[in-house]
Amino acid sequence: MAQTASSKPRSFQEIILRLQNYWAENGCAIMQPYDMEVGAGTFHPATTLRALGNKPWAAAYVQPSRRPTDGRYGENPNRLQHYYQYQVLIKPSPPNLQDLYLGSLNAIGIDMEMHDIRFVEDDWESPTLGAWGLGWEVWCDGMEVSQFTYFQQVGGHDCKPVSGELTYGLERLAMYVLGVDHVMDMPFNDPDAAIALKYGDVFKQTEQEYSRWNFDVADTDTLLQHFKDAEAECQRIIDTPHEDPKTGAKIIMAHPAYDQCIKASHVFNLLDARGVISVTERQAYIGRVRALAKLCADAFVQTEAGGAAP
Amino acid sequence: MADLLLELFSEEIPARMQARAAADLKKLVTDALVDAGITYADAGALSTPRRLCLTIDGLLDKSPDLTEERKGPRVDAPEQALNGFLRGVGLTKDQLEIRDDKKGQTYYAVMQKPGRTASEILAEVLPQIIRNFPWPKSMRWGSSSLRWVRPLHSILCILSAEDGAEIVDFEIDGIESANLTAGHRFLAPQWFSVKSFAQYQTELKSAFVMLDSEERAEHIWEDAKNMAFAAGLELVEDSALLAEVAGLVEWPVVLMGDIAPDFMNLPPEVLITSMREHQKFFSVKNAKTGQIEKFITVANRTTADNGATILAGNQKVLFARLSDAKFFWENDLRIAKAGMDVWADKLTNVTFHNKLGTQAERIDRIAKLARELAPIVGADADLAAKAAKLAKADLSSEMVGEFAKLQGLMGRYYAAEAGLPDEIGAASEEHYSPLGPTDTVPSAPVSVAVAMADKLDTLTSFWAIDEKPTGSKDPFALRRAALGVIRLILENSVRVDLLKWLGAQTLAGGGGAVDLDNLLSFFHDRLKVYLKDAGIKHDVIDACLAMPRNDDFSLLVNRARALQGFRDSADGENLLQGFKRANNILTAEEKKDGVFYELDPEAKLAEDDAEKALFSALDTAQPLLDGAIKAEDFTAAMAALAALRAPIDGFFEHVQVNADSEILRRNRLCLLNRIRSVMNSVAAFEKIEG
Repeated sequence: MAQTASSKPRSFQEIILRLQNYWAENGCAIMQPYDMEVGAGTFHPATTLRALGNKPWAAAYVQPSRRPTDGRYGENPNRLQHYYQYQVLIKPSPPNLQDLYLGSLNAIGIDMEMHDIRFVEDDWESPTLGAWGLGWEVWCDGMEVSQFTYFQQVGGHDCKPVSGELTYGLERLAMYVLGVDHVMDMPFNDPDAAIALKYGDVFKQTEQEYSRWNFDVADTDTLLQHFKDAEAECQRIIDTPHEDPKTGAKIIMAHPAYDQCIKASHVFNLLDARGVISVTERQAYIGRVRALAKLCADAFVQTEAGGAAP
Repeated sequence: MADLLLELFSEEIPARMQARAAADLKKLVTDALVDAGITYADAGALSTPRRLCLTIDGLLDKSPDLTEERKGPRVDAPEQALNGFLRGVGLTKDQLEIRDDKKGQTYYAVMQKPGRTASEILAEVLPQIIRNFPWPKSMRWGSSSLRWVRPLHSILCILSAEDGAEIVDFEIDGIESANLTAGHRFLAPQWFSVKSFAQYQTELKSAFVMLDSEERAEHIWEDAKNMAFAAGLELVEDSALLAEVAGLVEWPVVLMGDIAPDFMNLPPEVLITSMREHQKFFSVKNAKTGQIEKFITVANRTTADNGATILAGNQKVLFARLSDAKFFWENDLRIAKAGMDVWADKLTNVTFHNKLGTQAERIDRIAKLARELAPIVGADADLAAKAAKLAKADLSSEMVGEFAKLQGLMGRYYAAEAGLPDEIGAASEEHYSPLGPTDTVPSAPVSVAVAMADKLDTLTSFWAIDEKPTGSKDPFALRRAALGVIRLILENSVRVDLLKWLGAQTLAGGGGAVDLDNLLSFFHDRLKVYLKDAGIKHDVIDACLAMPRNDDFSLLVNRARALQGFRDSADGENLLQGFKRANNILTAEEKKDGVFYELDPEAKLAEDDAEKALFSALDTAQPLLDGAIKAEDFTAAMAALAALRAPIDGFFEHVQVNADSEILRRNRLCLLNRIRSVMNSVAAFEKIEG
């Protein structure tokens, strides 16, 4: 922790770039966001699936995340239906993961000598992924800036070895570092750039559009059908024989199946935002998504990336 | 003699688990040492967010030498038996002794077990204890097989004596015990070596670690109190929060900050709850106005700017949190002022229990019961029904959605804002009470009506769908509800024959039949526990439960209190013996003769003075007892019984019941029966042990 405090970043994207550089320097593969709608960075197969099996893994990436129920038409200072998470997953979790994490805060301009950083108990559980872990929420001067988790189970499988997962809520963290009170006022690119853009210039309108669609317009019948279709397709992919008749090779399609699981999960979130899911049904839907996640995890651990012998 | 110092240094241990873990560590290690023959003078356990620490002073250096003897087979036993024995004890034949036994010559193995050093024993037991530590929740990390609450990084374990310190050598999952520890994560992260507990504690303090959670708590409390006092304000006490915060820091630095004026008209409970739940802040109030004006936060470090940056950050977070709270409050007020109809409507969509319908349906039932209960508890019926209708409306409010523990209290604020009578607001706040055996019991009649109605609906509803508590499982807190009803009745001297009254009501969601007799015995079980805590013995309670109108708990308890008082007096004790004697004789003779001696005994057949005196005492007592029982004055009834003690004693002393004359004998048995029935009109004395 002998690093000297980094200079203050000036924009949202600079914070992201510094995190990318920091984790690249510390040996992570810098991956790109997953190209599907997800509720959190954890859903990216680089986390969910790669936390399974015994193959070492180290990845970091930005993941756009959607939580339809959190939409506030761009008016709320820090609530958004679309936001960014920064996600790091290292397997096995290195012994110095806490120090590495603190180094990343330093890299984005949080001076460890002036701030109060705390690790406050917060166990993580994802009922839709059948996953849980123990860890903390990390507080900086009383504000939660990250989630720090040692994965114990994913898709019903014990994680052996254990992955360390770090999740940064980028907007909130950046607002704090940049001293901005409303997310829409936050500089997105360099405030001195010829075309200086604020977060609001980029996302205010989309927040309005999606809030309206999520809450009032999305066609629930279509969504219900999408859910059923994704569920059926996931099951069908899993049930397909492993041997590919065309090539004769054994190809377990864990990732395509998992895409359908992600799709079902997001459709469920949309239905939830539309208010058409009752309390009792809610549990049932979550259980159905979890069942898919479990199928995909079962499939993945039979693949080479999942640690099975080739 | 040596002293043990053990420190288990890990990533941050959840605050709520630290104290228990330290105590467990102490117990497990000291128990294991004592089992192995190592005694000690004193032991202590300490904890911080990153360390569990155990000190044991005055350990024996070695466990005592032991001689163990084992009896083997007889000398003439088959070879196989001897070989088996030799294998078992690990000796050869020539090492055995031969002794004369009752059955002949027998082999004996005599083994000297030399004592082991404390260090050896510790090196053996500590890894087991650490591997099997009883954390409420534990985890693995990296590629380890060890489970700990969070990753364990190092183990300091030394035995120190006057001539120096030695490391107790062991290894767990790649972590080797050593004599090293590190200071505060940010302020003094260097590792240093440790020779003794005293040096460890002193050096840790200069490395910004206060080892003792009580010292940290005290430090926080004193600083916080002084800061509040210096500002002319008062710290709001919160011992649970204090313990938690003391478990989040190794080097507590107390900082006081301002609450923006924007939030001054929020109810103080909202400020306190929001700051406590989200930020773990203490509240600082103006003693005159009751308003919360400042907050106190506890940082884990000093900084060059004396915490200014930290405080500014915390203030900013608080502003966002309280903005949310204010937003909820203002939205809620709009709905409250419009009469709360929106909330009531919302509850029609909220399921209370899948077999018992919605919250709205439940509230309708409660309102009906409250209306019927109102005259019994001295409340206005319309007001009680209206209060019941609104008592749970705040469950739909945004504030209660955010802070469930503010339920009821917010209802009171909203009722006031809606211009409703204070009784309605009070019922909203109080109707959940009492929540346990020591919680305050509401006394305002409208609150009592709603509180009783709420609990009785819960009980009868779950009885109707046969979801009663079993063993330790009571997911709907029905025991608590029943105790609540009992306390509401007793502490407000409510008079109601509950079973009869419930039988006349429309009960329970789903329309299922309610087994009221079964429910009554459930109440009786709760009542027994409650009265036992109040010093009334179980047999006395049984003696009262066996009397008529045992569903009128006020009557029941009056009787029980008077009876227990009487039972504890000398008169009571003697009279009880007299009763038992009468009852035993009577029961035996009735059994023998196959008849019941239930006729009135005739005074004119009395021969002995003592017998005559008993007749006249019973004649005097009878009307007094009848009057007292009618007036439900059980103290007077017991006094009337007390007057029978001497005549009954005299009767048994001087009179022989089984007289030669059959007429006299029968009359005397009938006289015993009269004693029994007179006493049983007060309580079922045969249930009392003695």
